[in-house]
Formats: sequence, structure tokens, C-alpha cells
Amino acid sequence: MSKLLRNVTRMVSARSKHTCTLIPGDGIGPEISAAVAKIFDAAGAPIDWEERDVYAIQEPDGSWVLPEPARESINKNKVGLKGPLATPIGAGHPSMNLMLRKTFGLYANVRPCKSIVGHQTKYDDVDIVTIRENTEGEYSGIEHEIVPGVVQSIKLITDTATRNVCKHAFEYARQNGRDRITCVHKANIMRKADGTFLRVAREIAEEYPDIKFEDAYLDTVCLRIVQDPSQYDMLVMPNLYGDILSDLGAGLIGGLGLTPSGNIGADGVALFESVHGSAPDIAGQDKANPTALLLSAVMMLRHLNYMDIAANIETACFDTIASGTKTGDLGGTAKCTEFTEAICARLRN
Amino acid sequence: MLKSVASRVIARNACYGGRHTVTLIPGDGIGPEMCGEVAKTIEMLAAPVDFETVHLEGTSELTEAMNSITRNKVCMKGNVVTQWPIYTSRNLQLRHDLDLYANVVHAQSFGSLDTRHKNLDVVCIRENTEGEYSAMSHEAVPGLVESLKVCTRTATERIARFAFDYADQWGRKKVTCVHKANIMKKGDGLFRKVCAEVALEYPHIAYDDIIVDNCTMQLVSNPDQFDVMVMPNLYGNIISNMLCGLVGGPGLVSGGNYNAENGIAIFEQATRNAGRKIAGKNMANPTAYLVATSKGAR
Ligand SMILES: Nc1ncnc2c1ncn2[C@@H]1O[C@H](COP(=O)(O)OP(=O)(O)OP(=O)(O)O)[C@@H](O)[C@H]1O
Ligand SMILES: Nc1ncnc2c1ncn2[C@@H]1O[C@H](COP(=O)(O)OP(=O)(O)OP(=O)(O)O)[C@@H](O)[C@H]1O
Ligand SMILES: [Mg+2]
Ligand SMILES: [Mg+2]
Repeated sequence: MSKLLRNVTRMVSARSKHTCTLIPGDGIGPEISAAVAKIFDAAGAPIDWEERDVYAIQEPDGSWVLPEPARESINKNKVGLKGPLATPIGAGHPSMNLMLRKTFGLYANVRPCKSIVGHQTKYDDVDIVTIRENTEGEYSGIEHEIVPGVVQSIKLITDTATRNVCKHAFEYARQNGRDRITCVHKANIMRKADGTFLRVAREIAEEYPDIKFEDAYLDTVCLRIVQDPSQYDMLVMPNLYGDILSDLGAGLIGGLGLTPSGNIGADGVALFESVHGSAPDIAGQDKANPTALLLSAVMMLRHLNYMDIAANIETACFDTIASGTKTGDLGGTAKCTEFTEAICARLRN
Repeated sequence: MLKSVASRVIARNACYGGRHTVTLIPGDGIGPEMCGEVAKTIEMLAAPVDFETVHLEGTSELTEAMNSITRNKVCMKGNVVTQWPIYTSRNLQLRHDLDLYANVVHAQSFGSLDTRHKNLDVVCIRENTEGEYSAMSHEAVPGLVESLKVCTRTATERIARFAFDYADQWGRKKVTCVHKANIMKKGDGLFRKVCAEVALEYPHIAYDDIIVDNCTMQLVSNPDQFDVMVMPNLYGNIISNMLCGLVGGPGLVSGGNYNAENGIAIFEQATRNAGRKIAGKNMANPTAYLVATSKGAR
């Protein structure tokens, strides 16, 4: 794009600029957030960032809440990008990631896993989107020790949460031109719980005749996905299975440094985040790989329907990796800022 | 404590005039074809094994099968398809009634096969009696279902011991406990704690633990780090199927279900599926059944 044209695009889109909340996060969070902001600038993305910090605050009654400015900003903007938040072990406060999910009712976690040209793994044919129920299932937190040495944990499945996540899966498929959804379950063993999930998924599927729907046992999917991941398009499933299969998918394409994620919630709130941790071991050393957070931000652009800009940034990022400019975690020598600058240069051309 | 699982099995099983009698349950789907091949192979090898065939369908009573297996101690079995909701799983019931608490899947790369990962050699030891397979669930209010996962110290202790004894016997260096104790703090927390306790009794075997989602990621990218793995029921289902996929498919890997105390063992295909879609087409791969047989013979 010529400079003039880009300025024109900027001016046109200036009219419809979107304000999004940015939570830089801990550890490498600030570095990779700065990288994303820089790349968005170079691409002329019509986003204004509203930066807010997230940390745990304890109420007089002992409960934990989010800082008010962050809560208010997300409620107002509806859309946000978030870097990693550390959960120090034994710190007393709950995981802030879980707290965000709870506060904004983020019922669906979406993780696209796509092989990246230029980063060779044993699997170069992966293009799967996992959609995970994010609020209940095995993560209900209800557990009791009935007698010493006997613990019961409760898995909770509701029609409502299942309907929400399945609906989102089908909507995502339509919006992103995907044509097949597999519901992953274990209804042969957990007849009632997974049975409910499967029943509701089938009901929703009938409302979307244009999307092919099938269901498969969790174990069969695990067996097949490691042999030939190309046979799956989108997977929708309860919380724990989603947790496992989304990490498995990340493993197929080369790890958490490359996988973006989005959390979709009630009242239209959507929070996009990288799934890796805060990497305290390399924080502040300009070594972090911003790809996962950048691709999360690209998902955010698609969510806001800026399809072209999203594609431009994604292409620039993949081309940069393919050209050999990579950070240390991918076996390269580029610093975070050098990698970022290489992407910006491609976008400016 | 027991020293060797396999030697116990052999010491006690039905053996007349140097010949072993083994119960054979063909099962459904590809099971009968597979078992036919196994019988032929055994005959060709003139192995000192006689089969006592017991037919078990999704609808049959278990008595005959139970009696035969209790007498012979060793059983080869195809998968029996469950006709639920009318019947409960015969496979599960058999394992439950015989208290076969340990499921062992040893996945080893076949040098001759072109798979994405080479040189895999991992043993997955799965608790086979409780966890998510407790079959307890109810609809608390319309539209809300609760399903119970059970973890007991007793069951965890014996599966952990089984894993370390296995590692000991087969000269393995490390046992890894797979769990999700960061989320299921009490349930999986108990499993992890008990495994760590048992590990102290085996100072010559290394021990570590890993969260299940991270474990699946590591398995597809860097599987060499694993040796023997021990885990609750559902994770065992996941990991063992992944392992079968990694070494080339469900038709290749066998699995054993053991009770180290009563010496009973049932051998079957590791993924425990019936493959109904390919049944009767002479397409199925009997390797898993053959390997299962060779394990039974040991
Ligand atoms: N974006 C990234 N770029 C480069 N390396 C990374 C990145 N994210 C994680 N890592 C590396 O991966 C490893 C795991 O780190 P990760 O931050 O996920 O877990 P952690 O250290 O337990 O952090 P947390 O406590 O926030 O979960 C570390 O060695 C880290 O340096
Ligand atoms: N021994 C075998 N040799 C070759 N392929 C097998 C073997 N056992 C299973 N498979 C294949 O592994 C896959 C998973 O098996 P599974 O039995 O769960 O699936 P299915 O046949 O589609 O299901 P169902 O038996 O419930 O109809 C299937 O594609 C099946 O064809
Ligand atoms: Mg996870
Ligand atoms: Mg994880």
C-alpha cells in the first residue's frame, strides 16, 4: 500500500475507530503488548487502546474482586486484549484469569490452531478451531472429602451454558467460513452429563443446516488427531476436554507461544488473550515472542469485523516467521523488538 | 508386596501338562475376525496354549465368562458392544467384577512403520475402577446435571504401587503422575499426593508429575521425556489413545487389565473399540490381538 493510500484508509476508518481495553499483564506482558500496539499502528488498525491494570483486590468481607477501573472499562468497551496474568502459588488470591471469566460470564473459549509455515513441526497440516465451554463442567469447584481418603468432585453441565457455547461455535463457523463441527464427548460413560451436552449440541445443530455436524468420543478424537489432524475442522466440547484438546492442538503446531485465544461472554463481552504464562524467567530481556498475543489481537479484529486489516497483519507475521526472523523460543535469534520491527516493515510496504 | 505381576499370573493360571488354558471372548465388530487370526497363529507356532471360547454379547449374563476367567486367570478378549441404555457395558462390568484395577498400555514404535514420531517407548498405567467412571450422576433440577468423580486413597495407593512395581520389574527409570490438581484440588490433589507418598518407597525410581493438558502437548511435541505414566481413569483413556495414535493406530497396540492380588489378567486391544464400521471386511489389523496374546503367554 502506498503511503498516501494508507493515510486515506486511516482517515476513513478514523470515523469508525473502536476503543478496546488493553490489559498488558505481568512478566513479559508489557513487552508483548507494546509490540502489538506498534504493529497495529503500522497496519493502520482503527483501534484506540484504553490501558488498565488487573490485580487482585480483597474486599472487607474477604472476597476477591477486580480493580474498578478495569471492570468499568471492559463493561464499557465490551472488547479487550489481555496479556498473561501470573498466579503466584500460595498467594491467597484466586487466579485472575478465572476471575475475569467469572466476572464477565465468559462462557466460550475459542482457540484456533493452524500450522505456521516456516515453523516446522511433525505436523504441518493442522487447521483446527477448538471451542471450549468455559464456566462449568469439571471446573465447578465443588468437591468434598466424604470420609477420610474418599473425595468426590462434581462435574456440572447445564442446558444453558451448553446452548451458549454451541451457539457460539456455529456462529463462529459461519463468520469464519468453516463448514464442519465435531462435538467431542464421553456420553457412553457420562451418560447424563455428557449426554446433556450432546443432546443440546444436536438441537442447536438443527438451526444451522449449512454447517455439517457430527459427534465423536473424546478417546477416538485423541487417537485420530495425533495421526491425522487434517480430518478435523472445528471441535466443540465441555470444559476439561477443551482444556486438554486445545493444549494438544497447540502442541501440534509448536507450542503456546504461537496460539491465540478468545473468550466470549454474556452481554457481548469478548476478551482476547495469549494462553501462555508470564514467563518471569525472560521478562524484561526483550526475548519474548509476541506472536500469540498478536494473533489474539488479530482474532479481536475479526470479531470486530475488520477482516482485511486482520488478514494483512496475520500475513505479515507469518511471512516474517517464514523468512527466518524468529525469536529464541522458535529457535531464532531475533529480539522481540527486532521481530516486531520486521513485521511493521512488511506492513508499511 | 508383590514383586512381579506377570510371574504371579503365570504361577497361578490353569496349566495342565505344561499347557495353558486361556479364556477367549471374541466380542463384537472386528473381535471375532481378530481372535480367529490369533487362534491360527497360536496353532502355527504350536504354542502350548489352549483356548476356551466363551461367547459374550451385550445382552448375555456374565456368569459363564466370569467362571471361565476366574479358573484360567488369563483371558483374550475382543470388545463387546454395549446396547445402552438397555444394558450396561459388559466390558466395564467384567473389569469391575474381577476388580481389574490396572490398565496397562505399552506403546512402542514399530521400526518398520512410517509414523511422525519414532522411537516412542511409553507405558501408560491407568486406574481402571473409579474416577469419572463411577457412573453416578443425576439431574439436580431440570437442565442441570451433576456427575460425580470419585477418588479414594485405597484405589490410588494400589495403582501407584502397581506402577512402581511395573517400573521396577521392567527396569524402567521414571514414573510420571498425570493429573489436574490445579483445578480439582481435592480429588486429583489426593491422587497426586498419594502417588508422591508411594514414590518415597521406591527411591531408585525417579518420580515427577505433570498437568494433563500440558502432558498432551508434550506428548505430541516431545514424547521422549516420558517413561512410565500413572493416572486416573479418564486421563488414562485420553493418553492411551494418543499413544496408540502416535505409534501408528488402534490396530497395533494391545492393552492388559490386571489385578496383581488375584492374578487375573484380561488382554485386549488398547483402544478398546469394536470397529463396527470395518467389521467383516477383512480390513482389520490383528497385530494388537497378536501382541496381546504374546503378553498373555508370558
Ligand atoms: N511469549 C513467549 N515467548 C517466549 N518464551 C515464552 C513465551 N511464553 C512462555 N515462554 C517460555 O515458556 C516457558 C513456560 O513459561 P510460562 O510463562 O508459560 O509459565 P510460568 O513460567 O509458569 O508462568 P506463569 O506463572 O505466568 O504461568 C518459560 O520458559 C518461558 O520463558
Ligand atoms: N484392529 C483395527 N484395525 C484397523 N483399524 C481399527 C481397528 N480397530 C479400530 N479401528 C479403527 O479405529 C477407529 C476407531 O474405532 P471405533 O470402533 O471407535 O470407531 P467406529 O468403528 O467408527 O465406531 P463404532 O464401533 O462405535 O461403530 C475406526 O476408524 C476403526 O475403523
Ligand atoms: Mg489448559
Ligand atoms: Mg495449560
